[in-house]
Amino acid sequence: MSLSSTLNGSYLTPRLRINKVLPYFTSHTETHVSPKIDSSRTHVNYEVKEDVAVIRMNDPTSKVNTLSVQMQNEMIEVFNEVLANDAVQSAVLISSKPGCFIAGADINMIQACNTSEEVTKLSQEGQKMFARIENSPKPIVAAINGPCLGGGLEFAIACQYRVATKSKKTVLGTPEVMLGLLPGAGGTQRLPKMVGIPGAFDMMLTGRNIRADKAKKMGLVHQLVDPLGPGLKSPEERTIEYLEEVAIQCAKGIVNKKISLTKEKGMMQKVQDYVMGIEFVRQQIYKTVTAKVMKMSKGLYPAPLKIIESVKAGLEQGPDSGYLAEAQNFGKLAMTSESNALIGLYHGQVACKKNRFGVPERPVKNLAILGAGLMGAGIAQVTVDKGIHTVLKDTTVEGLSRGQQQVYKGLNDKTKKKTITSFERDFTLASLTGQLDYSGFEKADMVIEAVFEDLNIKHRVIKEVEAVIPPHCIFATNTSALPIKDIAAASIRPEKVIGMHYFSPVDKMQLLEIITTDKTSKDTTASAVAVGLKQGKVIIVVGDGPGFYTTRCLAPMLAEAVRLLQEGVDPKKLDALTTGFGFPVGAATLADEVGIDVAAHVAEDLGKAFGSRFGGGNVEVLKTMVEKGFKGRKSGKGCYVYTPGLKSKDVNPDIEDVLGKYKLTPNPLVSSDSDVQYRLVSRFVNEAVMCLQEGILNGPVEGDIGAVFGLGFPPCLGGPFRFVDTFGANKLVEKMKRYEEVYGNHFTPCQLLLDHAKDSSKRFHK
Amino acid sequence: YRPHGLRQSFTYRPHGLRQSFTYRPHGLRQSFTYRPHGLRQIQTKSKKTLAKPGVKNIVLVEGVRTPFLLSGTTYADLMPHDLARAALQGLLHKTSLPKDAVDYIIYGTVIQEVKTSNVAREASLGAGFSDKIPSHTVTMACISSNVAMTTGVGLITAGQCDTIVAGGVEFMSDVPIRHSRKMRKTMLALNRAKTLGQRLSLIGSIRMAHLTPELPAVAEFSTAETMGHSADRLAAAFGVTRLEQDEFALRSHTLAKQAQDAGLLSDVISFKVPGRDTVAKDNGIRPSSMEQLAKLKPAFIKPHGTVTAANSSFLTDGASAVLIMSEEKALAMGYKPKAYLRDFVFVSQDPKDQLLLGPAYGTPKVLARAGLTMDDIDVFEFHEAFAGQIMANLKALDSDWFAQTYMGRKVKVGAPAMEKFNLWGGSLSLGHPFGATGCRLVTTVAHRLLKEGGQYGLVAACAAGGQGHAMVIEAYPQ
Repeated sequence: MSLSSTLNGSYLTPRLRINKVLPYFTSHTETHVSPKIDSSRTHVNYEVKEDVAVIRMNDPTSKVNTLSVQMQNEMIEVFNEVLANDAVQSAVLISSKPGCFIAGADINMIQACNTSEEVTKLSQEGQKMFARIENSPKPIVAAINGPCLGGGLEFAIACQYRVATKSKKTVLGTPEVMLGLLPGAGGTQRLPKMVGIPGAFDMMLTGRNIRADKAKKMGLVHQLVDPLGPGLKSPEERTIEYLEEVAIQCAKGIVNKKISLTKEKGMMQKVQDYVMGIEFVRQQIYKTVTAKVMKMSKGLYPAPLKIIESVKAGLEQGPDSGYLAEAQNFGKLAMTSESNALIGLYHGQVACKKNRFGVPERPVKNLAILGAGLMGAGIAQVTVDKGIHTVLKDTTVEGLSRGQQQVYKGLNDKTKKKTITSFERDFTLASLTGQLDYSGFEKADMVIEAVFEDLNIKHRVIKEVEAVIPPHCIFATNTSALPIKDIAAASIRPEKVIGMHYFSPVDKMQLLEIITTDKTSKDTTASAVAVGLKQGKVIIVVGDGPGFYTTRCLAPMLAEAVRLLQEGVDPKKLDALTTGFGFPVGAATLADEVGIDVAAHVAEDLGKAFGSRFGGGNVEVLKTMVEKGFKGRKSGKGCYVYTPGLKSKDVNPDIEDVLGKYKLTPNPLVSSDSDVQYRLVSRFVNEAVMCLQEGILNGPVEGDIGAVFGLGFPPCLGGPFRFVDTFGANKLVEKMKRYEEVYGNHFTPCQLLLDHAKDSSKRFHK
Repeated sequence: YRPHGLRQSFTYRPHGLRQSFTYRPHGLRQSFTYRPHGLRQIQTKSKKTLAKPGVKNIVLVEGVRTPFLLSGTTYADLMPHDLARAALQGLLHKTSLPKDAVDYIIYGTVIQEVKTSNVAREASLGAGFSDKIPSHTVTMACISSNVAMTTGVGLITAGQCDTIVAGGVEFMSDVPIRHSRKMRKTMLALNRAKTLGQRLSLIGSIRMAHLTPELPAVAEFSTAETMGHSADRLAAAFGVTRLEQDEFALRSHTLAKQAQDAGLLSDVISFKVPGRDTVAKDNGIRPSSMEQLAKLKPAFIKPHGTVTAANSSFLTDGASAVLIMSEEKALAMGYKPKAYLRDFVFVSQDPKDQLLLGPAYGTPKVLARAGLTMDDIDVFEFHEAFAGQIMANLKALDSDWFAQTYMGRKVKVGAPAMEKFNLWGGSLSLGHPFGATGCRLVTTVAHRLLKEGGQYGLVAACAAGGQGHAMVIEAYPQ
């Protein structure tokens, strides 16, 4: 999902520099400049500097370069000209966009295909093009600044040499797996040779971004170039120019044999190569990697397995089989529902990273957070490093210093991982003020309260705060269940009140659910979204109501989980069944993570609001657990017992008693493993569809994003709405009716779901 | 006094020099263009003097320095305050200043010897100054002795003092190398341990890793980038070529050699090093050839960087001292001052990407303060940390775009004319004892104004931390 996350570079209009002598390196030799500019080309062009062809890419219609049809066609045209040009000895491939090399292939190109054969053909065309690059008699140097991902990386590794800037924006990677695909233009074949089998698997199976310095260590790039600061041009512009100059030197160096393309192998490398040469070792690696993939993906994601298969084909049966396997597997994957779901999530995520409410009247520069608990401090942590002055207020010194320590630790962990320096940590922390009073609140542009989930306390706080903040200041409340309008009832300016529901842990969870009431002004919403986006969040904006969207979907599922526990399903079994369906965290563990007390609170509140429909498990189970001190992970005991320092956890032996007290007899008709899974999921999905029906949700896209990013709905299913589309509303309704007969209205499908079941042409996603 | 004759006598012939380089300079071509002498005439100055009514005139009476030596050579067995003592005694000797006639002594230093953390005090006591004279030490990286001088200027202006000795010292032959933090912690705990058992258990906790020593940081603390690395990036940002840098380095060494041979470096005192010979000359001046310089590999950014060992300043031992007084006091004591110390500024900017641009920021600012233009300046002495850094600063000064984008100015002030620039060598060739360079720059400006007959001189320097300094110096009417 990282395709767009790093693409915020400034955009320079395409420009061709003609007759410009290199200011570097070339002082002594004569400079031939013969511009080759074909005005009919809009994406790729080149000019010849001395004997080096500088090929420049720039998609004028987008902020990023993608390997679109147009880009590819022009690239082939230019490549042919470069090969035919006798004045050219070598070439440099560079992007004119300061912030982006190539962000990947054009996903729409794949989505436009109807059969796997078409996609396979697409892959083979890409393979052919890159094979020509790889076999080019004139060496080609890829000069990389900004993201070099997916097809972009495959292009780069087909080149003879790679130079990359050390900029933070420069990342290399193969994120295809996150879209349920594989690197389909030779990536599965070239990477193992370049970075070794383990390294290649790591890259392709995780899809993670690799920063330039790491890429150099791995052997993915040959040379690094430092980003430059202010000079006689803007840093971005000059850095790209510098990169080009260095790349040209490399290209010349390769031609005149000053740079050797066959790297002298170190001892370690030789040993590694020897070990990898043993077939038994390779087989062991395939086995281990496959086992690991199966364990992590529960076999729900086909792409990782196809990646292993393609790599194996190439290494064991030779390149012809390898490339063929890659192309065919690519074709197969593109037609899978998993890929469709993941691509849907990717598009949805891009959509939820935009502010559809426009630019707020005034940007938030000073933000105050009330309550330095886990949530408040988490919000502070993701705010303070975005250049926003952040006040963290609590009522006690202990609470405050715990929160300050949490922020410090979050930043210090980044220092330990070397993503920031200790100085950057200190500098960032300088924007955080911890305090016990309301001083300075007269400068606040936004206040986010994260105090106890108690309406009376929230009312008291809103009144206190409104007495000290300026008129323009927005009051955001971080609640997971209390309706915002009830909180806003105590406000003297409800148009400035909004809900911002963060997920714990705030620095890890990507979702932010923003809740607007009828009275919330559009500018307030725009401002809240702007702050959320700055904090790096994926945002859904939903209507007000008990539990909003996310909590409301989760509540019936947790109620069902409690019922299952009461029916004698072991917490471990419950977890296995939910993770087996694709949830990253099992239902019992999730309850422990959320906190049994919170779950009890929410279950009771929403139970009151929605009536018997939210029933199922007995709330008393949760309440009894809380009474006994089993509040979940935070208290060390919940469904499980947590021992600090220990990763494995055992079922809490004492909950037997609690569950025994509320024991229910399972009905064998609806208690098979599969039924257990669908009982949990159908209640979740039905509630989601109902939220759309009631207008709580703006659309199915936000519904899917909210469920996947906030609640861990199986990503391979793409979210509740895509699940209904793929699984079939009629099939789901059929199942629910069966459960309804046993359990009543807990499983009554909502009208919108019934509509979709009746008419199979009705779909949430086109 | 014949300025033109003098100029010839020290054999500075730009055209001759150019030919002797046996290559065709690109970047420096302009800078070597000879300008008519009309510029030198004092009558064309936009201001006759920078004296301000109601503000005390502050004068430089004398400036001296020990020879600047490559670290690890003849000074190797000394301590920092020994060098500072030598400079102070040289100053006393040269000025015949009574040892109790000074109001205050200030020294600048960068890498501190922990035993003499207030090196100003140890050196002044050791140099025989009266123990009734207070002294303190300042630090601001490569402009530490500039701070020492301006602190003195401040004390005189405020009416607190009349006579100040300021100076700087750096001793790179020996630097504090510490035990690791873990080891220090253990040793400190050992100090507090009460029983034998406690002591033994602490000693038992020492591991091999504890023994790794900690060297003084060579990198900028805030960015973790070494200065040479930053200089290379700076040169690249301004498009300064390797050739330009090597040319400038060669120029610095060539001019320094000429100045040394012609006896122009009269601020250098000879120093009998205990147990060793008497040192009377800087030993880092090594005019080489462009071919030799071109052979060196980049020292920081490999393989495509442009900053090499030869176009960077080297690690140096040395100390300097100046006598600063109010004009009235100097005259009353019968001194003939060498120059007025006029307006000065300290500037600072981004320590990452503009680490070494102090002169580019400081120069326009101090000129504006003084109400002068570039053309009014007859003598430029810029601190040469790296040839690439100097060239970058010159390019920044000569860029309207840079002036507008980064300095909030409408137009550039322009680059200094090269025939007025660092004519007696610079930090690249003479050496750069961090804490001592500032006084050398100011004394050199004063001496050059005397020799060359100009009226205004400008000192500018960069310093770690992204800081900088510039000062205008006015010739004292002879």
